[in-house]
Amino acid sequence: MRVLAAMSGGVDSAVAAARAVDAGHDVVGVHLALSAKPGTLRTGARGCCTVEDAHDARRAADLLGIPFYVWDFAERFTQDVIEDFVAEYSAGRTPNPCLRCNERIKFEALLDKALALGFDAVCTGHYARLSVVDGRPQLRRSADAGKDQSYVLASLTSEQLRHSLFPLGDSTKTEVRAEAAERGLAVAEKPDSHDICFIPDGNTRKFLTDRLGEQPGVLVDDETGEVLGEHSGVHGFTVGQRKGLGIQAPAPSGRPRYVLALEPVTGTVRVGGAERLSVDQIVASRPVWPSGEVLGGIAGPVECVAQVRAHGGTSPAVAELVGDQLHVRLREPLQGVAPGQAVALYRPDRTAGDLVLGSATITTTR
Amino acid sequence: MTYLDHAATTPMLPQAIAAMSEALSTLGNASSLHTSGRRARRVVEESREDIADALGARPSEVIFTGGGTESDNLAVKGIYWGRRDADGRRRRVLASAVEHHAVLDAVEWLADRGEAEVTWLPVDAQGRVRPEVLAEAIAANPDDVALATVMWANNEIGTVNPVRELAAVAAEHGVVLHTDAVQAVGALPVHFAESGAGALTLTGHKLGGPYGVGVLLLGRDVPCAPLLHGGGQERDVRSGTLDVPAIVGLATAVRIAVTERAETARRLTALREELIAAVRHAVPDAVLNGDRGESTVDGGPSRLPGNAHFSFPGCEGDSLLMLLDAKGIECSTGSACTAGVAQPSHVLLAMGVEPAAARGSLRFSLGHTSTAQDVAALAAAIGPAVERARGAGLAGLRRAAEATRTSQQPVEA
Repeated sequence: MRVLAAMSGGVDSAVAAARAVDAGHDVVGVHLALSAKPGTLRTGARGCCTVEDAHDARRAADLLGIPFYVWDFAERFTQDVIEDFVAEYSAGRTPNPCLRCNERIKFEALLDKALALGFDAVCTGHYARLSVVDGRPQLRRSADAGKDQSYVLASLTSEQLRHSLFPLGDSTKTEVRAEAAERGLAVAEKPDSHDICFIPDGNTRKFLTDRLGEQPGVLVDDETGEVLGEHSGVHGFTVGQRKGLGIQAPAPSGRPRYVLALEPVTGTVRVGGAERLSVDQIVASRPVWPSGEVLGGIAGPVECVAQVRAHGGTSPAVAELVGDQLHVRLREPLQGVAPGQAVALYRPDRTAGDLVLGSATITTTR
Repeated sequence: MTYLDHAATTPMLPQAIAAMSEALSTLGNASSLHTSGRRARRVVEESREDIADALGARPSEVIFTGGGTESDNLAVKGIYWGRRDADGRRRRVLASAVEHHAVLDAVEWLADRGEAEVTWLPVDAQGRVRPEVLAEAIAANPDDVALATVMWANNEIGTVNPVRELAAVAAEHGVVLHTDAVQAVGALPVHFAESGAGALTLTGHKLGGPYGVGVLLLGRDVPCAPLLHGGGQERDVRSGTLDVPAIVGLATAVRIAVTERAETARRLTALREELIAAVRHAVPDAVLNGDRGESTVDGGPSRLPGNAHFSFPGCEGDSLLMLLDAKGIECSTGSACTAGVAQPSHVLLAMGVEPAAARGSLRFSLGHTSTAQDVAALAAAIGPAVERARGAGLAGLRRAAEATRTSQQPVEA
């Protein structure tokens, strides 16, 4: 196959590209420039797309003996990921920009361009297992439970997955680092990326306030309706947040308060006790089925495991498609489930890895 | 392999390699007073005289530098500081909008520090600075101009500027003109004294000499503050132990390039016309950017003989570059890179080309080793590459349109 390897400059995508070369594919490396004004040097584990990252990717490609180019996706990234991120927060929802980037940049803008230019697939360093069985893609959790990234890939369509390669799915991060060192890749010891790449200082609230300005509103006790304080914008809060609410008087019960809901139209932030934060019913829209089959091809309610965050946040669940909405009943209530997040559904499988049935965007919770 | 990127760098001439190799194995610091030093010094001075002779300059006007970028920086900053120090009113720099980044960024650096005021000289649709544009810019206040800088020939689109007329306009008001002639030397008739320029940049690796060595031809009466301080080797304007092997390699290449210029230009012009015809045949809507090259400027052609620069509607330059590279054809988007990303060319934008068209541009540049086979290889590959790149460009447009539609849908409750 002709394979386009997306190379971030990190250890994972470098080893993934190396494995694609070993597998006999005709590989070309591409670094995506996502920032309109890239920094020169990387600082620690934060940020990405610096000139130094592009350099690291280039050196890895040199070592693998593959052609390497830098492609400019800054405009698309700004539109489809950063502006979407800000708009979602502004609408009181909690988006996952990594998921959005996979959906719209790596496996859409990049993949489309790759296919049009004559490539058969895009290869990345994601930790997830992908195979095609009877013509249908099967996306499963990584062999490394701690690094598993199937959640941020669960919103890819079967067509996107048919043209994807995740060569690291069967490996652990430790193995990948060891392999990188063995191959002589200089990035073997490079720290992992964390947080949101376009917010290098990690201060999401400041990032949003810089873009959205101050939009004053009130904090209200969800039970009594009492106004407890004021705030400078709903975008400064996420459902499940406990710290930094700025409420002076303690709750009568003496128990901590959490953000329960965000109402951007009125600027209201609803707060209350942890018990009111629990969610056992989720409605989600725009479902995507990686295999191409609704809920793994089973009609009616399906027993599965639901996951609402990139790491953790899982519960056994029953899922059902009602019209074009996905209804998920959680057997064990989850906390901090916010509209805008994705819910991914898995069919547990200890041997081959949990199978992703589908994913959808949470619209309401109860 | 088909190398169509001679404007980026061109193979060293065998004679230059031989001269340089011999010097590499010869001991001697040209500043030393003993026999070895005198021997090295002699090589440097003969090289200086050779270069001066080939380019219509005096030997004392030849300042050896570490390359084109250093020469441009020395000219822009050094002459600015020199002229301003002599007369504090002279704080304005006139620069064409299509200069190489070595000039452009040096000028902007002076401006950003609050030292200089910049008047950007607009260009016409061919990318040329018209003498009346310079005259008008100077006329705004002839007393406050420190220097004007206009390149001899543009590195991207190949358009040649009327340097002699521009220098004459500048001279009327006592303004020094610097010209970046990196692409011009060896390709066009360049005579420093006759041009009237006060300073001229050239570099080794664009004309068959080595990398990392260049010259600033600097008029004897042009004030110039040094950027590098130390031993004062080069007229106290540039310090640093002289790179004798590189200098002799450069001088050898300059002499040959200038001697063979007319013949090479004739051959490359014919090849370029073949290339243009072949590209137009394969891609009828390809747009040739820059001067058509059919007229005369300062006794030479109006376009660099080896330059062909096209916009391919509906394509992205980086897609085309990759597809051609995969077929063994090496060319360039012609514009500067940030972190390896091709930006839409400031040259094309200054000429009034739309950003989308600017992104879909490629430069093919011929040089002394180019052959008809190179043109034939491009002729065979360009059609399919453009067709495929158009498909990729359209895929991007389609998705962008979908994204716009999606974002316009009402927000769900």
